[in-house]
Amino acid sequence: MQDGHCALAMEQQARILGASCNFNYENGGNHMKRNVLFRRGLLMALCLIGAASALNAQTLLGSGATFPAPAYTKMFDEYYKATGIKVNYQAIGSSGGLKNIQDRVVDFGGSDSFVKDTDFAKYPASIVHIPTVIGAVVVTYNLPGNPALRLTGEVIADIYLGKITKWNDKRIAELNPAVKLPNMAIMPVYRSDGSGTTFNFTAYLSAVSTEWKSKVGNANSVSWPAGQGAAQNAGVAGVVKQTPGSIGYVELAYAHQSNMPAAAIKNSSGVWVDASLASISASAAGAFPPDSRILLVNTNAKEGYPISALTWIIVYREQKYASRTLEQAEHLAKLLWWMIHDGQNFVEALDYAKLPAPAIKAAEAIIKSITYDGQPVLK
Amino acid sequence: MNDRRFNALLGLAALLIVFVFAGFVLTLVVQSLPAVKQEGAAFLYSSEWNPVTARFGALPFIIGTLLTSSIALVIAIPLSLSAGIVMGEYVRSGWLRSLLNTLINVLASIPSVVFGLWGIEVVIPLVRNLAVLIGAPPYGAGILSASLVLAIMIIPYMSSMTREALMNVPAGLREGAFALGLTKQEVVTGIALPFARQSIFAGILLSLGRALGETMAVTMLIGNATRIPDSLFSLGNTLASVIASQFNEAASDVHRSAMMRLALMLLLITMIAGWFGRTLMRKGASAYGK
Repeated sequence: MQDGHCALAMEQQARILGASCNFNYENGGNHMKRNVLFRRGLLMALCLIGAASALNAQTLLGSGATFPAPAYTKMFDEYYKATGIKVNYQAIGSSGGLKNIQDRVVDFGGSDSFVKDTDFAKYPASIVHIPTVIGAVVVTYNLPGNPALRLTGEVIADIYLGKITKWNDKRIAELNPAVKLPNMAIMPVYRSDGSGTTFNFTAYLSAVSTEWKSKVGNANSVSWPAGQGAAQNAGVAGVVKQTPGSIGYVELAYAHQSNMPAAAIKNSSGVWVDASLASISASAAGAFPPDSRILLVNTNAKEGYPISALTWIIVYREQKYASRTLEQAEHLAKLLWWMIHDGQNFVEALDYAKLPAPAIKAAEAIIKSITYDGQPVLK
Repeated sequence: MNDRRFNALLGLAALLIVFVFAGFVLTLVVQSLPAVKQEGAAFLYSSEWNPVTARFGALPFIIGTLLTSSIALVIAIPLSLSAGIVMGEYVRSGWLRSLLNTLINVLASIPSVVFGLWGIEVVIPLVRNLAVLIGAPPYGAGILSASLVLAIMIIPYMSSMTREALMNVPAGLREGAFALGLTKQEVVTGIALPFARQSIFAGILLSLGRALGETMAVTMLIGNATRIPDSLFSLGNTLASVIASQFNEAASDVHRSAMMRLALMLLLITMIAGWFGRTLMRKGASAYGK
């Protein structure tokens, strides 16, 4: 098998490097001269650089979004067990991932938002988006007894706009007739760091509230009219858990793993939907664009959870650039193919939703369109 | 290795530091140019910081930084001066002295993220209870929580510098004062403190420099809201905390550049405080010699 062959060759290369980099300090003793030490140090440094570049050849390198990182780590671990190919993914954030793929210093970039048409010019060549998993942003809260709540997008937007300030506000009460709501101040909590989570949450609020769209807008960090910021999902979850009366938005995994309540939200078809792996996956089950660049928020899928979000891996369509070999391109395409098929079996345990059939079909076509020197990489 | 080579090596190393610093400042200046071009001087007095519309005004962060640091100073100065006077004047040896010394050294070596965690677990709930009691917004996080923890973080520096300043008061001066029949309290307030005041003030300024630039603990406690704080219980942001929270995912180039400009500003403010402090310290140290 080609993959195995490559791994073997790399191992040999590493061994040769290792042999020439074999230092023996015991012979030196007191007589070792300083410049000998210095030369050995220099040699060792050179060898380390050599070893690092040898590593690069047998390893696929990616960087980007933190949101899918746990799923990627698990997938890449399984992929390594199955094929012996190492994939090194650095969760440095979506912006960083896009920057790295722009600069062509990684094999693939991970991003929670797709590249806009107007931004394509920033890339030296044509790029493609491959959807990998679907996540969701859930609205969590801290109320006495933590009753199950129902909220609409408009109400959530008005809470974050600072227009609804009490939990027993009429507009919340009429959505939740069975719940006795306390006369308590609502403390909205948001992500202080720029994040894909914020991007998707504000995309949803912009889709359902014209006031939100005009006053605040949609980005991975925005100017919040009300509330308190906390760093990362864990920070928001922490503040919400600590602050009675607070409301926050976090990724499903965080709410689930720390046993926090999540509000049911009315989707655009008028159905109350809880955030579950099934309803999140369903959000992408409607019409799916061939280039996979679609915002799932406020989905029109009937059973779909309305604050669902795709995350993508971004690669160059033409893989022959810089000093890339056909072999590297093949490794990359095979990895992507594996991720949208076998890899999907590992994500649900980590609270990510699988890609539904239409998304997989689109992703297959995209991966098949990846070329090396004009020839398709996957036959 | 002969002398000449040794000297050359030392010179080279020293020069390298100069280059690193120059390169550092140059990077900040060059990278902040887009923000300078777009916002001009409005950067300093506009309170609109909106990544969506790409408008960047730093006023809320400037106020947040100055406010938290000054409140921290107000809290820390009496405590640190008292601790410094106790160690520098009253218990100059013995077990109590070594206990105090150890405690202050330990306090100085606690990483700021640990202070942040402690603040979240202890200070924020306390401040929240206080806020509920007086009817302020019950966030807990905010200017007051950040300032309280900042104060505790700078107490070790301020108190040990006060102690050093008092220890440097010449024994002759003190003995002379006692010989003239002054009481202990009179010697401390009338002789030692006035003599050491420049060094003590320098210590305060150096602590201020630390407070201005403190990042981790403040980011964890201040509530990260881009608004001009209007009370002790308001949420806010400082120059350092906004850089820490937004830099990684700054999507637009101007946003990035605006943060470089914040960093430059922070660098200048802390440099001025530090330089002023050190100048005073030198003066204080040489005052008696003249």
